[in-house]
Amino acid sequence: MKKLSHIALAGLGFLSFFSVSVQGQDFIKNAEIHGNFQADGQYYMNDSKMGITDSTLDGKVARLNGFTSVNYSYGDFSAGLRFESYLPPLLGYDAQYDGSGIPYYYLDYKTDLIQVTAGNFYEQFGNGMVLRTYQNWNLGYDNSLKGLRVRLTPCKGVTIKGVYGYQRYYWNQYQDNNRGIVKGADAEFYLNDIFKNLADKKTRIIVGGSFVSDYQKGKTLDYIYNSKVLQLNLPENIAAMAGRLNLTSGKFDFYSEYAYKINDPSAMNHYIYKNGQGLYSSLSFSQKGLGIMVAGKYLDNMSYKSKRSITTNGLDINYLPPVTLEHDYALASMYPYATQPNGEAGFQGQLTFTVPKNTVLGGKTGWNVALNYAQVNSINKETVNDTIVLDQPGTKGYKADFFSIGKDIYYQDLNLEVTKRFGKKAKGIFSYLYQTYNKDIIEGHINEYPDVHAQIGVIDMAHYLTRKHTLRWELQGLFTSQDKGNWVAGLVEFTIAPKWFMSVQDQWNYGNSDKDQQLHYYLVNAGFNYHSTRVSLSWGRQREGILCVGGVCRYVPASSGISLSVSTSF
Amino acid sequence: MKKSILFILLACISLAGFSQTTNDKAGRIPSVMVKNIHRQPFKTDSISNHGNPIILSFWATWCVNCVKELNKIQTVYDDWKEETGVKLVAVSIDDSRYTSRVLPFVNGKAWDYEVLLDDNWDLKRAMNVGDDIPYTFILDGTGKVVYTHKGFADGDEEIYFDLLKRIKAGEDISKIK
Repeated sequence: MKKLSHIALAGLGFLSFFSVSVQGQDFIKNAEIHGNFQADGQYYMNDSKMGITDSTLDGKVARLNGFTSVNYSYGDFSAGLRFESYLPPLLGYDAQYDGSGIPYYYLDYKTDLIQVTAGNFYEQFGNGMVLRTYQNWNLGYDNSLKGLRVRLTPCKGVTIKGVYGYQRYYWNQYQDNNRGIVKGADAEFYLNDIFKNLADKKTRIIVGGSFVSDYQKGKTLDYIYNSKVLQLNLPENIAAMAGRLNLTSGKFDFYSEYAYKINDPSAMNHYIYKNGQGLYSSLSFSQKGLGIMVAGKYLDNMSYKSKRSITTNGLDINYLPPVTLEHDYALASMYPYATQPNGEAGFQGQLTFTVPKNTVLGGKTGWNVALNYAQVNSINKETVNDTIVLDQPGTKGYKADFFSIGKDIYYQDLNLEVTKRFGKKAKGIFSYLYQTYNKDIIEGHINEYPDVHAQIGVIDMAHYLTRKHTLRWELQGLFTSQDKGNWVAGLVEFTIAPKWFMSVQDQWNYGNSDKDQQLHYYLVNAGFNYHSTRVSLSWGRQREGILCVGGVCRYVPASSGISLSVSTSF
Repeated sequence: MKKSILFILLACISLAGFSQTTNDKAGRIPSVMVKNIHRQPFKTDSISNHGNPIILSFWATWCVNCVKELNKIQTVYDDWKEETGVKLVAVSIDDSRYTSRVLPFVNGKAWDYEVLLDDNWDLKRAMNVGDDIPYTFILDGTGKVVYTHKGFADGDEEIYFDLLKRIKAGEDISKIK
């Protein structure tokens, strides 16, 4: 694989040579360079009330996460790289990020028939249940594959993809089989484009299938269970496959994907030898002004990583899309859901509609309504026999019938959101949420905490003072008798379009049963946007919390200090 | 580490060498395969609007500010289309968690936009759009990007409308500040 970096290096060298020596050539004239840059720095301060002292900060009071990416393109050819620095990483990001380097570079050639990529790439098969690599800066997540990728379109209506590589794991060099080699292929068929007699049909059908295999060296592992050493025989090649179907007809849209994984004993599933399976299906009906959707999913032992000893974020080969919503408002996102790959059964229903303006119900301006309900339960696991306990390492672990829904509720989220304009001068968004949060399961505790039941209300009002001046305020409340008790939050923001913004906000944990922890988390923020540049400066406190993107979460510790964030694109 | 330094050096040289180039394709939307709202393949260099301006907005169903922006433009979209011929292309970067949700969401909001699905973020990366959205591009009648804007605050849409009118009037706004 080292060779790849040499190829990339040679490619860049080649470009540089051309750029300095043959100015005026078509190769240069029609080339483009673009990129982006972001730096997020924080200066951490002591805050005795929040328990932040010199010793907890460990002397590293100034921290910075930053990256620059540069993409070069010329006709069908492109190349690029991303440089990242974590000096040291902001609190809440994995300490293994400490350092700087180029974790991402690629060369790519693309025509209508074929696309080849050498280097790092991000790819997704179907909805990702057997393979998805992606990067999310705010989450501090990157599982890109480094190797080779081919995408083929041999004829209209057929797409074939193949990938081969190993995944990024912080700054760890790939050596001595310290992680798996991932191979995969995917094919997608657009039947209406392939079969002439379907071409004019109103019903559109897409079918697809994927196969992925992960090779990890090592046939045996000594595992200590109940003070005894178990010698486990490990499968070196772990295969996963999936099939999917998408049917669209008139106002209906149906999508379903089923995935299957052969036994993959790992630290994630307590080294059990059970096969895994997953199903995700959705059905929607929609027309202008009305959207209805239901979705269901079932997961059984579907964690799939290219290193079996890892239980933290990283080296995930697949992605398990949650059916719950992600919320943007501060208190609504206090209790987010994290996907439970070892087993969960979920359901979601959603209704969105618009009451048109100039009608009896809609009044002069009309309004939007969004109602959503999602619930995730455990799956029903039964013991294999009387002598083997549930999840016992070295065994099949448990039995679970397909779609057998368990009694334990992991998460529940009912939310109603109404958006209403008030003439031309104001607009409001009003939300109510009810959430049930199984703290033990989601945060990985063992019978420590009761479930959290929270009711949340949010008012978000904007007043248009002039064409370009807007005053916006938020009032939020979270009410629960568990966990940290009740919260209220307020925000006032003043913006001058398109450049300036400034805001003051406070989250107050007035209901905390520990009087010393009834803290105010205040934050003052100001900054500007200028074209593709954004600069934002803030001072204040950040409450402890969990940040989730796509059901993948990271812990954000409480902090106090000054933050500066700068980003730009070119 | 030596290799990293070499990389940066070479990248810088490349950058310096190319920075003063001019060409016809400069500033256009890169050609990337995404999907239309019915999950059919869609090549982004086929985005066009008969010589009229285009707004290309990166958004997601979970992003409050994106939805605010698109809701707000929807209320004036008919007037904008009439006056400037503009078309808004809303590129959803919702990942597979929400892909199925985009169509009923867009219909439920009664939006009239052309919606594209970029669930593998190929276009997002090619256009250097970071994780902070909305991120809005305005293209002139020839398809060149003449304005970019990060984030959304109420009133931003007024700026867009002013620019669209100037583009429609044939003004060269590539030098606007």
